Amino acid sequence: MEFTDLQVQRYSRHIILPEVGGKGQKKLLAAKVLIVGAGGLGCPVGYYLSAAGVGTIGIVDDDVVEVSNLQRQIAHSTGTIGMPKVESAKKTFEALNPDVNVIAMKGRLNKDNITDVLKDYDIVIDGSDNFPTRYLVNDACVFMRKPLVSGAILRFEGQVTTIIPHEGHCYRCLFEAPPPPGLVPSCQEAGVLGVLPGVIGALEATEALKLILGRGEPLKNTLLIYDALTTSFRKVKVPRNPDCPVCGQNPTITELADYDAGYCQR
Amino acid sequence: MGEEQKMQEEEKPVRKLDIKGLVCPYTFVKAKLAMEDMEVGEVLEIVLDYPEAVNNIPKSMQDHGQKVLKVDKTGDKEWVIVVRKEKD
Repeated sequence: MEFTDLQVQRYSRHIILPEVGGKGQKKLLAAKVLIVGAGGLGCPVGYYLSAAGVGTIGIVDDDVVEVSNLQRQIAHSTGTIGMPKVESAKKTFEALNPDVNVIAMKGRLNKDNITDVLKDYDIVIDGSDNFPTRYLVNDACVFMRKPLVSGAILRFEGQVTTIIPHEGHCYRCLFEAPPPPGLVPSCQEAGVLGVLPGVIGALEATEALKLILGRGEPLKNTLLIYDALTTSFRKVKVPRNPDCPVCGQNPTITELADYDAGYCQR
Repeated sequence: MGEEQKMQEEEKPVRKLDIKGLVCPYTFVKAKLAMEDMEVGEVLEIVLDYPEAVNNIPKSMQDHGQKVLKVDKTGDKEWVIVVRKEKD
């Protein structure tokens, strides 16, 4: 494909970069990324991937926009309160960049539908707010060998890691099983600084762009921890666990399961 | 083939790019996109009329590892830059 004059202008700052260039920009336009969650993380992730010209962005979420979301979920607005988050986000992303095809999926991923959703995408980005989805997405990505960029936030602290299944660690190498319901508070219970998902979401989007471009070093075998209060970034090494229940040598988890029981759904 | 003739052969542009009317950074962006479509060793001739780009394009091309063969003023407000692709 050839760039139009408008595309040359829109992506000029990418094209100038030796690590991107016209070839890299074409890779971005051809890429298909799935974002799980259209909340605090999903909004900045989708916003920046749209700006970058990632050609196909799938986004899945079952929620509707509420006024309490707007302190951090920047793709939504006062005018879209009550609208499904995926529709609100699609509107915002496509207004930013008409080159992007946003596929809005209102619903919740579960063991029965996740394979069908993931199969059309090159990279998955987790911006979910709950453990059942987080583990389900990890396991599905391991089974389907899809690169997964995982992010999480609470209060003033966030984490990012990039999972290249069977090459580096997976989420269960890091935390083998979800914590018991109620042990880890949700953002709803514990609060979150509004800008925090912006920082972590931008890091997740950066990881995805690097994977698409094949440039730099992703956060493979590494967990990045950001503390907003002290403005510190810490990298923790996460080796692959040979006894990992899903990606280890003798996996005990060989099919997808839902962990919904007892977890707060929001 | 004489030395001089051989030199001329090596510097013979396979592609000409007219970017008159364009301003920075699109001058370089267009030139870079044209280079990306060429093979290593091939030569690009760029015709331009934006004075700033006469300095900027050769500098950026060198930064990107390409070889600037010549910069000529060919008119009152027209320049020709010839670049050989050294690097993909």
